[in-house]
Amino acid sequence: MGPLTSAFAFSEWLNLLTAFMIGIGFGFALEQAGFSSSRKLVGMFYGYDTTVLKVFFTAAIFALVGSQILNYIGLLNLNQVYVNEFYVYASIIGGVIMGGGFIMGGYCPGTGLCAMSIGKVDAAVFIAGGLAGAFLFAETFPMIQGIADSGYRGAVRINEIFGISPGLFSFLLITAAIVMFWLAEKAEVRFARPEITNEL
Amino acid sequence: MKKKYMNPYLAGILLGTVLLLSMYISGRGLGASGGIKYCVVAITGAIDRSHTEDSPYYSKYFENGEKPFRNWLSFEIFGVIAGGFISGVVSKRNRFRIEKSPRITNTKRLFYAFTGGLLFVYGAQLARGCTSGAALSGMAVLSVAGFVTMIAIFGSAYIFAWFFRKNWI
Repeated sequence: MGPLTSAFAFSEWLNLLTAFMIGIGFGFALEQAGFSSSRKLVGMFYGYDTTVLKVFFTAAIFALVGSQILNYIGLLNLNQVYVNEFYVYASIIGGVIMGGGFIMGGYCPGTGLCAMSIGKVDAAVFIAGGLAGAFLFAETFPMIQGIADSGYRGAVRINEIFGISPGLFSFLLITAAIVMFWLAEKAEVRFARPEITNEL
Repeated sequence: MKKKYMNPYLAGILLGTVLLLSMYISGRGLGASGGIKYCVVAITGAIDRSHTEDSPYYSKYFENGEKPFRNWLSFEIFGVIAGGFISGVVSKRNRFRIEKSPRITNTKRLFYAFTGGLLFVYGAQLARGCTSGAALSGMAVLSVAGFVTMIAIFGSAYIFAWFFRKNWI
């Protein structure tokens, strides 16, 4: 029967209220995880705090497995859940630009909004930069449209590329995540910086 | 006394539950940069309507009398701000401050924060999603775009981290 917005015609206000409530859950979870701290987030890239990896992969796998179970027992039609469209060059170039922004700014857009909400001034400035970035993109769009739209592959799923079932791919992903979690715990000991982590 | 952060694996399950609810109720994942874009489109339209009508980029957001503020992604990020604030109240972490390494000045921190935010959201528009909309939500539906974007963001950040290490450690 899910997604509920397909099964029942949601009025505009109910749709927007749902978005707001989901946003509250999203912001609450990010803040509780410690993603409102830039020095905690970038710890991922210097090894002293790997919370990003643990939270990120646990969340993605939980939703991945959960949605497949709901699909299997007939509660959620996964064909009606949005799958991101793949533009080869835009994904890679955009991703590298985001990587640079991450290490300079110390946040990503979601965590920046969350950190701003608890009074982090650096996060508010990051979001101001983000508004400028969205404006700059809109204004420069005619120049980069060629890159943005090239290499279109459609809404392709990764298990289809490898020719395996979603279930088998999920199992492999979980195995990889467990290995990464184990390495992450080791890294936090090896690259420990108590002078930073004790302040967070 | 501020409370400690949640256990990361438990926080991951909490975040995953929110993502799963979003998929189940609205048939979509979570997002952040998209909401920022809709806010910018709405503000630009309010300031200079003729500019947004003439531009092929902006005009599609105003088609059929649509209002960019009254959008799922805009309302979701208003919720993120509210949810973060509530969590800060619960865990007693709400106060104004600039978070940075003691080795750098406030000006330097804020300069890099602004530049980083600009780059991040610019890149997110190009890749059609950021860490939330492309990487996290994309991986949860097994989309190739999600995995490629995730590897590009984190892989490149590890390389850039060496050049900016004096800002953080």
